[in-house]
Amino acid sequence: MTKIDSKIPAGPLAEKWTHYKEHQNLVNPANKRKIDIIVIGTGLAGGAAAASLGELGFNVKVFCIQDSPRRAHSIAAQGGINAAKNYPNDGDTVYRLFYDTIKGGDYRAREANVYRLAEVSNNIIDQCVAQGVPFAREYSGYLANRSFGGALVSRTFYARGQTGQQLLLGAYGALSKEIKRGSVKLYTRREMLDLVVTGEGKARGVIVRNLFTGEIERYGAHAVLLATGGYGNVYFLSTNAMTSNGSAAWRAYKRGAWFANPCYVQIHPTCIPVHGSYQSKLTLMSESLRNDGRIWVPKNKEDIEKVRSGALKPKDIPEENRDYYLERRYPAFGNLVPRDVASRAAKERCDAGYGVGNTGLAVYLDFKDAIDRLGKEVIKARYGNLFDMYERIVDDNPYETPMMIYPAIHYSMGGLWVDYELQSNIPGLFVGGEANFSDHGANRLGASALMQGLSDGYFVLPYTMQNYLADQITVGAIPTNTPEFDAAEKAVKDRIQKLMSVNGTETVDALHKRLGLIMWDHVGMARNKEGLEKAIKDIQALRKEFWEKVRVPGSPDGINIELEKALRLADFLELGELMARDALHREESAGGHFREEFQTPEGEALRNDKDYMYVGAWEYTGDDKEPKLNKEELKYENIEVKTRNYKTA
Amino acid sequence: MDLKLKIWRQAGPTAKGQFVDYDVHNISSDASFLEMIDILNDELVEKGEDPVAFDHDCREGICGMCSMFINGHPHGPEKATTTCQLHMRKFKDGETITVEPWRAKPFPVIKDLIVDRSAFDEIIQAGGYTSATTGGVPDANAIPINKENAELAMDAAACIGCGACVAACKNASAMLFVSAKVSQFALLPQGKVEAKDRVKEMVAKMDELGFGNCTNTYACEAECPKEISITNIARLNRQFIGAKLG
Ligand SMILES: Cc1cc2nc3c(=O)[nH]c(=O)nc-3n(C[C@H](O)[C@H](O)[C@H](O)COP(=O)(O)OP(=O)(O)OC[C@H]3O[C@@H](n4cnc5c(N)ncnc54)[C@H](O)[C@@H]3O)c2cc1C
Ligand code: FES
Repeated sequence: MTKIDSKIPAGPLAEKWTHYKEHQNLVNPANKRKIDIIVIGTGLAGGAAAASLGELGFNVKVFCIQDSPRRAHSIAAQGGINAAKNYPNDGDTVYRLFYDTIKGGDYRAREANVYRLAEVSNNIIDQCVAQGVPFAREYSGYLANRSFGGALVSRTFYARGQTGQQLLLGAYGALSKEIKRGSVKLYTRREMLDLVVTGEGKARGVIVRNLFTGEIERYGAHAVLLATGGYGNVYFLSTNAMTSNGSAAWRAYKRGAWFANPCYVQIHPTCIPVHGSYQSKLTLMSESLRNDGRIWVPKNKEDIEKVRSGALKPKDIPEENRDYYLERRYPAFGNLVPRDVASRAAKERCDAGYGVGNTGLAVYLDFKDAIDRLGKEVIKARYGNLFDMYERIVDDNPYETPMMIYPAIHYSMGGLWVDYELQSNIPGLFVGGEANFSDHGANRLGASALMQGLSDGYFVLPYTMQNYLADQITVGAIPTNTPEFDAAEKAVKDRIQKLMSVNGTETVDALHKRLGLIMWDHVGMARNKEGLEKAIKDIQALRKEFWEKVRVPGSPDGINIELEKALRLADFLELGELMARDALHREESAGGHFREEFQTPEGEALRNDKDYMYVGAWEYTGDDKEPKLNKEELKYENIEVKTRNYKTA
Repeated sequence: MDLKLKIWRQAGPTAKGQFVDYDVHNISSDASFLEMIDILNDELVEKGEDPVAFDHDCREGICGMCSMFINGHPHGPEKATTTCQLHMRKFKDGETITVEPWRAKPFPVIKDLIVDRSAFDEIIQAGGYTSATTGGVPDANAIPINKENAELAMDAAACIGCGACVAACKNASAMLFVSAKVSQFALLPQGKVEAKDRVKEMVAKMDELGFGNCTNTYACEAECPKEISITNIARLNRQFIGAKLG
């Protein structure tokens, strides 16, 4: 087994990051200009990193798929961002945020990284306020907080239901400032299709497709940062944006970067349920709603029949006939248990036949008590835009009747393996934001992805990348007319040619929907050995079918949306298999990874710390070969490893 | 539902475009407008034809990517709604629906319903930010901001940069977009430091890029999916005059 060096600095936990910064290498201001950095992605992680690296004086090239950096998927985040400010004086500390994150992740994240995340969380809020992010405020003029799942304190900062939008626009402003200054050059409507690794094993550039002209372009740099987001769209239906994809990470994997914990995906408990086969995506109803909404299903089967047929209205079901199952099962955290726990509990009720809605795959999220207690205006001020969105989609008024919700794929904790410096095992390839595997273990707490993206982008990568780049100042500009670039470009062109020439009968989406169903049924909320083995076979068969039957009309020279989708699906068809393999090998339940064979008599996840307290980092060995598993052992020196308990405080 | 669609098809930036008629059948009234176009595109692909190119991403009304001019309105007839959040239940069975791209000189058509909105990025680059660099800023609670101003700043900051205001305006004016950004910062102490330069540079850039003048017809406000108020334009004008006077 390869010994993995995650480069965790020595010293006490709370001093590691300071110690690192005190001893790291720096690049002097005049030399920064000689260094080129490629940043793929303009979400919170990529946008913040590109802006900050530009401010420092590096030459940055930044790429995104959309027509503007402001449209990255981060824009859609609703509920909020965590920080250990303790403004409400309710007992929060850096250690507590660290503790909650490790526990929330079911003891499968790296201590040192998570501590650093908690430590810089406060700087993020300061930075965003300085950028003019209009966070919610109290009448005193000071910042307001609310609670998210898995915490007993209120540490979540928010800007109505549009926190991601406001944070991203802050980063976009900072990026725009650097574009104007000339330190950052922006390339929109570009999709990275390969990573270029040189003979000495360093990441030195990328191959991208210009989505307008179809041209295949080459860019070289001293280091490459991937901040390309998560791969939830492998399931077809998810809360992710339509172009969210796994391709950049997957292409890096096929060039040698390890893919860690691919089976850890998050299923968010409160999404608008599926309603038709033409549906293109699922819409999240923010976790913040669980501050005031109560989740329930009817207690009696007779009522179920009646509400499903519409003969009985949920609001006419008396209190004693309702099952507030989260409050019942988890009295200490109630409706604010972590997402994996809430999702499984919803599935448990629906599988037992207590689900509502015409499919029986929905539960109620009810605001009646909150409206009675606080008044409609207060609820409207807190969640108005979410309620409006719900009504627009479902055509039902949530002020009057409970929302119907069901779990949906939302986030990927897994991703490219990185060390403490957020560097992959390929020197010069850094990975930030949702694209890396780092901080959330087997389950992410709400409002912690925005925190991690901005922590990586503003406060970690500008330091750690510099440490790597310090000895690159004499290298000179990276040429792109080398055999490695030629080969990578040729591989991309061949792949496109191969796709175009299949000329089959199936649309990309039809095939993608089938992959989605395999993934949801067998690599979804509950998994077992038999199902996972079946999934692997089914995905392999579907992949074969894809390459025989997919239809991509038109030409690759110019805008070709079917081609874009086909390229992403081709990668999902490989990544999906790795996810199933990872889930199959991990014979325990942890966080979002729930193996039916491993549960307590009460149906809670049963970890196996003796055999599985490690990060599973998969290494590509060839297209028809089994990938190799590398293990990074996790050590908990500052936290007592326990069974997660949300029943008592 | 069965619908007749008249969709603008244009092969490229310099190609001549035209309306093409399509029929779609059996559309669920719960489908979104974009899902209806997805169904049409699936049929086109199955026939080996080029699908209709259109912009979209989040499909949640927040990224500002979707941009269809439907039956004479940017984002269609429903108030305060982006194209992606528009649902077919708002249309009648058998209806003819006309779909065009944004039409404005600074937003040239690239293909079918896709336009180039990079002019908006250029306007922001001209000054739509505070120049705070990473690190070295005070504690977030060091400067209290009265709630009313914070809320007004948030109202303005809700702009999604979709360009519906420009598409709605007969002069292709970008005043609502620019005023929303200028207002957000004018209302916050952090933004006041650079307020004068910001407004001058953003307005100059807007003029340079060929956006038209505002002649107070308020079409922008009426069509804005995020209901950005034209009071922001009044604030922009005050800021601009103030900046010019010194
Ligand atoms: C609906 C929703 C609500 C959420 N709410 C919250 C919340 O309240 N709090 C919270 O903490 N988290 C929330 N999250 C999670 C959080 O938004 C994301 O995890 C986070 O924003 C990811 O940021 P990122 O910078 O890593 O990537 P993204 O924002 O996904 O950005 C990816 C970037 O990479 C680019 N890109 C991708 N692939 C390529 C390629 N091949 N070539 C070129 N460019 C590429 C894209 O164009 C984009 O610019 C939410 C997520 C969703 C879906
Ligand atoms: S697709 Fe994002 S706003 Fe419509």
